[in-house]
Amino acid sequence: MKTIYHFIIKELLQVKRDKKMLVIIFMAPILQLIFLGYAANMDVDIVHTTIYDQDKTETSRNFIESLVETGYFKIDYNANSYEEITELLEHGKTLVAIIIPKDFEKKINRRETTQLQTLFEGSDASKASMALGYIQGVSTRFSQNLIMETKDKLGMKISLSGSLTPEVRVWYNPEMKSRIFMVPGILGLVLMISTILWMSMAIVREREIGTMEQLIVTPIKKYQLLLGKLIPFTMIGFVILLIVMIIMVLWFGIPVRGNIFYLLFAALLFILSNLGIGLFISTVSKTQQQAMMASVFALMMPMIYLSGFAFPIENMPKFFQYITYAIPLRYFITIIRGVVLKGIGISSLWLETLILFGMGVSILVLSANRFSKKVE
Amino acid sequence: MFNRFTAIAKKEIKQLRRDTRMLFIIFFFPIVLLIIFGYAINFDVKHIKIAVYDQDKSDYTREYVNGLISSEYFDLVTYIQDESEIKRLLDEKIVQAVVVFPSNLSRKLLSKQEVKVQYLIDGVDGTTARAIQNYVNAATYNYSIKLTKEYLAVTGKNLYVPIDLQPRFWFNPELQSTKFLIPGLMGMILIVTAVISISLSIVREKERGTIEQINVSPLSSFEFILGKTIPYILISLINAIIVLLAGYILFGIVIKGNMFLLLLGTLTFLFAALGLGIFISTVADSQQVAFQAANVTSLLPSFILSGFIFPVETMPIAIQVLTNITPAKFYIVILRAILLRGAGISAFWNQLIYLGIFGAIFITLAIIVDKRSKGKN
Repeated sequence: MKTIYHFIIKELLQVKRDKKMLVIIFMAPILQLIFLGYAANMDVDIVHTTIYDQDKTETSRNFIESLVETGYFKIDYNANSYEEITELLEHGKTLVAIIIPKDFEKKINRRETTQLQTLFEGSDASKASMALGYIQGVSTRFSQNLIMETKDKLGMKISLSGSLTPEVRVWYNPEMKSRIFMVPGILGLVLMISTILWMSMAIVREREIGTMEQLIVTPIKKYQLLLGKLIPFTMIGFVILLIVMIIMVLWFGIPVRGNIFYLLFAALLFILSNLGIGLFISTVSKTQQQAMMASVFALMMPMIYLSGFAFPIENMPKFFQYITYAIPLRYFITIIRGVVLKGIGISSLWLETLILFGMGVSILVLSANRFSKKVE
Repeated sequence: MFNRFTAIAKKEIKQLRRDTRMLFIIFFFPIVLLIIFGYAINFDVKHIKIAVYDQDKSDYTREYVNGLISSEYFDLVTYIQDESEIKRLLDEKIVQAVVVFPSNLSRKLLSKQEVKVQYLIDGVDGTTARAIQNYVNAATYNYSIKLTKEYLAVTGKNLYVPIDLQPRFWFNPELQSTKFLIPGLMGMILIVTAVISISLSIVREKERGTIEQINVSPLSSFEFILGKTIPYILISLINAIIVLLAGYILFGIVIKGNMFLLLLGTLTFLFAALGLGIFISTVADSQQVAFQAANVTSLLPSFILSGFIFPVETMPIAIQVLTNITPAKFYIVILRAILLRGAGISAFWNQLIYLGIFGAIFITLAIIVDKRSKGKN
């Protein structure tokens, strides 16, 4: 026990003395969370719109007015020809061009159907379909208002038939801000990157510098060596976790609705499984560079993309959905989103917690077995 | 001079050919990433899992639900009998939305009143929630129209629809998100091969001490750098071709624009990226520092700040300014213009100039730092 204690003190002293390292260890996650938190925004709040109003009547102006009123549409250009529209779309300067035909008002007054052409710059598919949804909403409401007006004019009191209207209530994140969704996920991401990287490099560095040989000749046992490495890095990981949590709550203003102690417990399990992965990388690589390349390209990139932090797992094909089951980050993201946004606890998330625990233990045991206290 | 830098280039290519592990990473990972992006990642919201709380249990509600689930957008998971189940289903992510029909729905419809169909949507993922909202609005409206049409058909009248919306999606009629992601992916892969590998390869010579042999040779720094970069330009171009070919074979993405412009844009981008890589190599003394610097300046920004996935225009101004540190941002604009929209040079000439300035700044900085460090020795 004493041996391990001394080993831990040595490890912490090493970290403390290397000022550059200390700064990177704690500053990198903070900066990453802040930059990513601001940059990772997929809300389509502004639709850059071009209007080609061939009609130029009160009705067409009313229609444009009702577009602007939604707050989504920003009319950047008023085009006067199809050539102009083509150029704007080709240069990617506008997301949608709405062409109001010449007989717009006339047809509406005659109770005929008028065609409204909308041309989208469709290269960003999700943005374009979102914009289409907004336009559909506007044209539906505009049409209904027209029908109501005619009815009023004709003095009809009752509607022609019954009708259904949707009443949508959005839970957990009523404004549907993607930042509220993203930041907790990014917190998990940042925690994963820093714990895996530092753990894998710490052991490989001892090997590269040659201090590993000194450790090998001491009477310290393998498990003591491993615990002496794991415990200080768990502590560092936990401090990073606390820092990023404070940033999430105070800087981004996203409160934790659920039980914070449960969240910290789950995060601890998550940190352990990451340290296990880091340990594993260190057993397969000989140089720091290999360790970095392997952890970044072979593990982190796929894990990031497949964890559900930005790209919904439900949208993936079945095959890739199965792969995501092997990624600890996936479970942690489910847990942190559940606790932070929904305020749910272990009674709903026990399965994820159990899997995370099982993964942490098995990855650690597996890597510890691979780890050999020998000179190669 | 020509002989000297080709000698360096030949030496570099030989070295690269021997480092099979590195070559494997350089040529194999782009394809892996492309497959992940192409197949696993998409924003198309389909097969939304819904639960139905039907208090009316009439022909109307059955018909309405059938209409929902016959489209590819909604999958019915379960019918629920009690309001208390809603919370559990949404909490545990078993469904993404719950439809609630009030018990007086059919009675109200028959007496020609307006009825509200309530939707409870899991808003955790705001983007998906907005898409779901759009779909349910459209579905409900369409069902209403159908009811009205049926009613009018009995009385022999036609339904009056004032506006007929005719959407047309240019450049990407099937709205595939892969098409949008491929250019970003190309930028990311090229920046990894260009910035990271050139800086590591120069720093490695420093670390091993072989740079001193080069310093005593009649080779000038310029020839050395030129000789070093040429193999990486070749590798990057091969990589670009691999990605484009894989994009064509796997996802049927055709280059709409001019091939020559594509080459011009790629070369200008490589000039900027290699400039950044050369600058990093003059500042860094160890591969570890070089890797970290390359990571911080190119890898993460090319993923997050380049407009690859998250649109630059929706970022706060301070972050928008910061996005200029990655040449990938400009390259992605060029690639999307050429690959997707088939636009001519007038659509992106300013991006070419940015890239040129970017490369020139970093090469000048590299020369200044290099001269200083040589002066010290």
